[in-house]
Amino acid sequence: MASNNRSSISRRTWIAASSGVVAAGLIKTKADAVKLVAQEVPTPPDDPTKVPGRFTSEVGVRAPEERPRRLTRSQTLSSSSRTPLQELQGTITPADLHFERHHAGIPDIRAGRHELLVHGMVERPMVFSMADLKRYPSVARTYFLECSGNGGGAYNRERMPVEISPQALDGLLSTSEWVGVPVKTILNEVGADPAATWILAEGADAAVMSRSVPMEKIMDDALLAYGQNGEAIRPEQGYPLRLLLPGWEGNASVKWLRRIEVTDRPTMTRDETSRYTDPLKGGLSRQFSFFMDAKSTITFPAYPYTLPDPGWWEIQGLAWTGRGRITRVDISTDGGRNWTEAELQEPILPKSTVRFRHLWNWDGSESLLISRAVDETGYVQPTVQQLWEARGERTAYHNNQQRVWKVGADGAVTFGLGDLV
Amino acid sequence: MRQLALATMVLAVGCAPAGSSSAGGSGDGAEPPERFGFGSPASAERVAMWDIDVKPDGEGLPPGSGTVAEGEQIYLMHCIACHGPTGTEGPNDVLVTQEPWEEWPAGRTVGGYWPYATTLYDYTVKAMPQLTPGILTADETYAVIAYILYLNDLVPEDAVMNAETLPAIEMPYRDRFVPDDRTGGSVIR
Repeated sequence: MASNNRSSISRRTWIAASSGVVAAGLIKTKADAVKLVAQEVPTPPDDPTKVPGRFTSEVGVRAPEERPRRLTRSQTLSSSSRTPLQELQGTITPADLHFERHHAGIPDIRAGRHELLVHGMVERPMVFSMADLKRYPSVARTYFLECSGNGGGAYNRERMPVEISPQALDGLLSTSEWVGVPVKTILNEVGADPAATWILAEGADAAVMSRSVPMEKIMDDALLAYGQNGEAIRPEQGYPLRLLLPGWEGNASVKWLRRIEVTDRPTMTRDETSRYTDPLKGGLSRQFSFFMDAKSTITFPAYPYTLPDPGWWEIQGLAWTGRGRITRVDISTDGGRNWTEAELQEPILPKSTVRFRHLWNWDGSESLLISRAVDETGYVQPTVQQLWEARGERTAYHNNQQRVWKVGADGAVTFGLGDLV
Repeated sequence: MRQLALATMVLAVGCAPAGSSSAGGSGDGAEPPERFGFGSPASAERVAMWDIDVKPDGEGLPPGSGTVAEGEQIYLMHCIACHGPTGTEGPNDVLVTQEPWEEWPAGRTVGGYWPYATTLYDYTVKAMPQLTPGILTADETYAVIAYILYLNDLVPEDAVMNAETLPAIEMPYRDRFVPDDRTGGSVIR
């Protein structure tokens, strides 16, 4: 590993050297800048038991060698970034690594001025400050959030990727402990009309992003969330207030929430008509396809990792379903001929990610690793052939086909679904 | 005094039947109210200021109108840089196609995919132009929508868009949109 012979350059030397680099105008690309920052690691003492350590600090930082990063795309106003799934442990996503998806940039909103307007089919139209909302009885729940476009990079037969990481393929998935007020508490407060069947949720970003949501979901488990993993929601995740629809496609969990209109029909916004609808074979398009069906992926071993030698390895990954709890994850190491049940990490929470583990004694031959999730409705994560049969081959969104990873005889791991189609 | 209050509370919790409230003391153990009363009434003016969405039947559309010719001028000024000279070139979303949607739609264009014309108003007034959202007046918004619909062969060159004509447009592929039939369980859909 490169970290074993990490440069012994001292911090002072580095600063001098990097100043020279800056002065010489050698930082020409973002990659150059990242490389420079990556070198800024103070030389550790040879024996940490012989040198006193650091003092306390107001805000912690990661260990210098730990550099998990979101994968950002082009810097456009409508953009996304992906969570480094292959670098994380357990199930919770650190808030600063939660995936991003926004349609007109991340707005700069001050909680002290932010308000939520609730109106429409209600007895009392009302405005709530953040202080008002935080005074209501709160709940905390651990849920995954996933963009419905996640995994779409491995659906097209002609463009099946090979050198793609779990992050690049499925990184529009993150899990957090969310804290907030049930939306039904607030709808009770304003006296929502029992005849109302939908709401419109609207954001305070520059796209005024808005989605219609069925009242049934709102009264079931929808949250007005202001807390994430022990702190205020990050700006990228909707600070100071977002809608959170557990188990449903992320786009409907409107961020920077400023307005809820209680109504009796969908508004047919751009993001529930032109986008986030799923064309099907036969000339149809599926609309309001909210549920995220059962899915799983192995995060280790996966591209770009190389297994250095045969022997015992722990296959790990994540499984999740928007329809409740994951009940089983099966693992195949021979391209789907034989399956073994993986161990699931407790607790198995509904509409949250579950980490699975499976011990594997690799014999050094080329192997195709597949994970297959089963949820409490009896739904089994389908093969890509099953989805093609059901939907056609050009459907966008909700691509929950089984992921395949190929371990070469040299130990190099690549995405292997192309070997099975 | 504080210790006394605490003792009273413990007694109340420990001895009182569930649901009854203790007389005086901290008030703990009392049933929460039907409504808490936190928050403020929203005035009609406040609601009107933010209630800018437009429903498929036209509810929410403001007074005003715009023509195809006026819309072309708006388009050239505010839209062409992102959507191209004829709405087909990008670099951002392609707006225009006359190509029919047979097995698969030819992109997510207004003419080739969008099920409701009112969505154009709802989206434009909220999110467009991308760098200066909300800058268009109602007349300008109606006009640029008329022009985009005209480019898609959905309205004639002399069309005028307003709160009556826009919701009356029948988008060609509205009936292609079907509700989600996935239910979990053993069937893959």
